[in-house]
Amino acid sequence: MAQPDSPANQEAHWDKTTRLMFTHLGVWFFFGYVVHMFVVPLNKIIIPVLGFPLGFYMAAQGSLIAFVVMLFMFARQQDKIDREHGYAEDD
Amino acid sequence: MTTQNTSASDAFYKQLGRMYGTYTGAFIAFIILLAIMEQMGVPNKVLGYLFVFFTLAVYAVIGVMTRTAQLSEYYVAGRRVPAFYNGMATGADWMSAASFVGMAGSLFLLGYDGIAWVLGWTGGFVLVSILVGPYLRKFGAYTVPDFMAFRFGGNVARFLAVVVLVCCSFTYVTAQIYGTGLIASRFLGMQFELAVFAGLVGILLCAMLGGMRAVTWTQIAQYIVLIIAYLTPIVILSTQHYGIPIPELTYGRAIADITAREGALLQQNLAVLCTQASCPAGALKPHIEPFINYSPLNFFGIIFCMMVGTASLPHILMRYFTTPSVREARQSVAWSLLFIFLLYFSAPAYAAFSKLEVYTNIIGRDVASVRPWMFTWGELGLIQICGKNAASIDAIIAACKAIANHPGVVRLQDFVINTDVIVLSTPEIAGLPYVISGLVAAGGLAAALSTADGLLLAIANALSHDIYYKMLDPNAPTIRRLTVARVLLFFVAVASAALASTRPGDILAMVGWAFSLAMAGNFPVLVMGIWWKRATTAGAISGMIAGFGLCLFYLVVSRYYPGFGVKYAGMTSLLNPVTGAPIIPDLAKAMALPNAMESWPTLAHPLANKVGWFNLNNINCGLLGMPLGFLVIYVVSLFTKAPSAEMQAFVDEIRKPRGRTVLEEKS
Repeated sequence: MAQPDSPANQEAHWDKTTRLMFTHLGVWFFFGYVVHMFVVPLNKIIIPVLGFPLGFYMAAQGSLIAFVVMLFMFARQQDKIDREHGYAEDD
Repeated sequence: MTTQNTSASDAFYKQLGRMYGTYTGAFIAFIILLAIMEQMGVPNKVLGYLFVFFTLAVYAVIGVMTRTAQLSEYYVAGRRVPAFYNGMATGADWMSAASFVGMAGSLFLLGYDGIAWVLGWTGGFVLVSILVGPYLRKFGAYTVPDFMAFRFGGNVARFLAVVVLVCCSFTYVTAQIYGTGLIASRFLGMQFELAVFAGLVGILLCAMLGGMRAVTWTQIAQYIVLIIAYLTPIVILSTQHYGIPIPELTYGRAIADITAREGALLQQNLAVLCTQASCPAGALKPHIEPFINYSPLNFFGIIFCMMVGTASLPHILMRYFTTPSVREARQSVAWSLLFIFLLYFSAPAYAAFSKLEVYTNIIGRDVASVRPWMFTWGELGLIQICGKNAASIDAIIAACKAIANHPGVVRLQDFVINTDVIVLSTPEIAGLPYVISGLVAAGGLAAALSTADGLLLAIANALSHDIYYKMLDPNAPTIRRLTVARVLLFFVAVASAALASTRPGDILAMVGWAFSLAMAGNFPVLVMGIWWKRATTAGAISGMIAGFGLCLFYLVVSRYYPGFGVKYAGMTSLLNPVTGAPIIPDLAKAMALPNAMESWPTLAHPLANKVGWFNLNNINCGLLGMPLGFLVIYVVSLFTKAPSAEMQAFVDEIRKPRGRTVLEEKS
């Protein structure tokens, strides 16, 4: 582990944090907007058994599930980055 | 401070689980007791009163028991609320009358397009967690304006932040108190104006005495009531229809049934299809077809504005000031969304089940066989059949007879239901016992009260902490600061109740405006303040003024001064999303009318909400303001001197979870 307060460590920590932020922002954009731009073709696909048209399902449930999972993952990933660089709070 | 409290808060934490577990059990037992009383013939009105007063009493007791006279308890609940419970409290804080009462109704009416609201009100928490919330927790403020003031050099930024906060929170809280009034007037038979003020008493009891601490523990109790109330009716409906008690899975089949029923209604001439050539009012809009109520621009605009608005609303951000650590703040956002998700992914199921009930039990049935539950809503003007309030069977038959060539059965275009009624009336539509209706009313009340608590607290804190203590009297002793906070809370609450009793607009639109205003005013400056060290005071101040100003201008002009907007600001009529034709066919003629230039307080202006730029609905005014805010902050910052080395070190400091909070409040 690098010296906690060295500028290099600080920069590396922030670089990783920024990269994580952009990754999640990308996934967020995909589930928030991109999928729903294709709602018309996706609606032609019907989910077996449940009977939902896929485009409708993605907006009503699929994207929501993705957001929840993303947030729990983000909390873990950011904590890992903080720990690696010695910036995490004591447990 | 964290170490010395660890053992105490551990015991506290364990006790919490048992406390709220017992509370949930007691609430369920209470519902069962009332169900038995109903079977024994206790009248409906008594059941309604019992539900409302029992729950209100519980909230008040929690509020009084957890009252506090300590500053840090009052403002940030002592920063000891565990992630899980803070998530639950945020869920109640977040889910308002608009979510509980309004959303399923909008989904009922708008079909697929209504899902824009569901997406917008969930995805925003991703932005809260990755861009803003945890950093503000590390900063250690009592209020959002605290951060702006510290980062952007003083009271000008603080004052602007307070203006934004008060504007958006006040719009929002008015909608909540309006929702409270709607429920109380229907279920307790009180006069609407009186009901509004009765709801206030409940709100004030929690928020005034105990500030954030009392509000937190009450909101958790309110979350439990509202989620049980929301899920119970549709779980029953799902079991009745498809034999599986998980409505979120079975409503796929309900949607297929709706689509089949829509085809049948068209075939039997009981409905007119909305097509590109013509789409009259009351025409059938297929439930799953996208972009027939909102144009794609407005659909995605609503999603974007609600998401970014989430990450800018002070009453939500300040909930994350209460966690013990930055790590728990992040976890807490995830828990919040999970608890919110439970309601939001059920809302489309609610809409589907009630639509199916309406399409099979009301549309296509003989006019004379309309069931009596509708009359109570008809009397309030919330359900109309054949163009008249459905107040009695004779009124309905007479109204339908008056229509030429009426077939004697209810057609789709004959039936108009106010969207706010859908959730509250679904138990009655489905013929469930009255105790379920009472439960739903108690849930709606919990949703409206919990959000109103959070909002009023945000407003009062900003006024007492930021304006009074930080700007007017920095030497004020603790007692006086808390007294000022309580007195202000009282006056803000009464003012918003007074505004709500004039019924200024529908719940969803008012809430939408609040989000757009918060987004335009707060989001650019919060994000740039954390993520860009080069952002300067001049940049932030001019960015806030420009972004918030543009959004407010667009909203106020298109809502209250549409004539002015058309004449001087180049606004044109919005377009119908299906036909592409302007909603105001002849704008020149409308402008020639004598009332065209009338303005506030003429709430019923014929052009109101129907004109704008780029066919953009005024709910989406943040879409104009936010990008301008970012641009102005960027450009002006580059033209002004870079922030001092200390300020840049401070920004580095809030990016690291470890260590002391940046701002230490003396208490």
